[in-house]
Amino acid sequence: MTETRLIWREAEVLEVINETPRARSIVLRVPAWPGHSPGQHVDLRLTDEDGYQAQRSYSIASSPERAEVVLTVERIDEGEVSPYLTGEVRRGDRLELRGPIGGYFTWTAALPGPLQLVAGGSGIVPLMAMLRHRAHSPTRALARLLSSWRTRDSIIYLEELQQLAANDHELQVVHTLTRESPLGWSGPLGRIDADMLQKFAFTPQERPRVYVCGPTPFVESVADALVQLGHLPASIKTERFGPTGGQS
Amino acid sequence: MTIQTFDELRLDGNAAAGLLQQLFAFEITTAITICDGCERESPVGALLFYGQPLGAVLRCPACDQVMVVVTRPHDEWWLDLRGVRLLHVSASSESAAT
Repeated sequence: MTETRLIWREAEVLEVINETPRARSIVLRVPAWPGHSPGQHVDLRLTDEDGYQAQRSYSIASSPERAEVVLTVERIDEGEVSPYLTGEVRRGDRLELRGPIGGYFTWTAALPGPLQLVAGGSGIVPLMAMLRHRAHSPTRALARLLSSWRTRDSIIYLEELQQLAANDHELQVVHTLTRESPLGWSGPLGRIDADMLQKFAFTPQERPRVYVCGPTPFVESVADALVQLGHLPASIKTERFGPTGGQS
Repeated sequence: MTIQTFDELRLDGNAAAGLLQQLFAFEITTAITICDGCERESPVGALLFYGQPLGAVLRCPACDQVMVVVTRPHDEWWLDLRGVRLLHVSASSESAAT
């Protein structure tokens, strides 16, 4: 279905899951949800008692195979919406939501070629929807995720990703840490640059579809490094989250 | 409050989907634009998006020309397509949209 009409729907919070000290997943039942493609986002609208409305975009974390819609939200201290979504929100709360939105930054298992995902922090959320969808597919594309985090305890979906990779030789998951070097850490350290992409990402000759998501400076430096390594700009899709982590 | 520079506020055209999709019957972020300045072909989702208090500006990723200005005061839309020479919308686009 490429025909799209955007209407606001009242979603019900079924469950709230603490992912990390700063990130929570919110499981929503959305009446008449039309289904989505991995990578798409929704708009959430919150209205306070005085009628003041705030609207934000959040990526969908769940695969289309799941009936509920799951959002993962990272707390932004000076944000208007994320402190509620990462703090006060409770099971049974109702939220206004519209979507799915944005067919450009999407991937489905039907697309040919290897899948290269590069995430900066909570930019992992729409990429996780792609990996969860891929895990449902009988024919699994070769896939690699390279993600950058400040600290080990900020890694979202750490255990689920370990399990996905343990059961799937076609999937490689690499996390790098930029702000600490904890005891027992066997992964790489430092920012994702051309050297790290050369070491852990598919080469241009393997013709991967590349999806990069994260804060604007992260996405732009990774996209520049990929082009420098020889990847075609048209093979790289980017989703910038802006400087503060949440989308627009 | 963090002070943000113009560059840090740049997002992808995909972020305009919520703003624009209400005006179009088909997926708009995979529609192809041709820039009136440099003739570069880009999906709407790959344009550069700058949010504004009442809308957004979309620029060409190659030459930075202003292509689209959307202003949305209340329940109106003002759509200025000054930098779009051609907009190609496909009912069965490559979009992986379900």
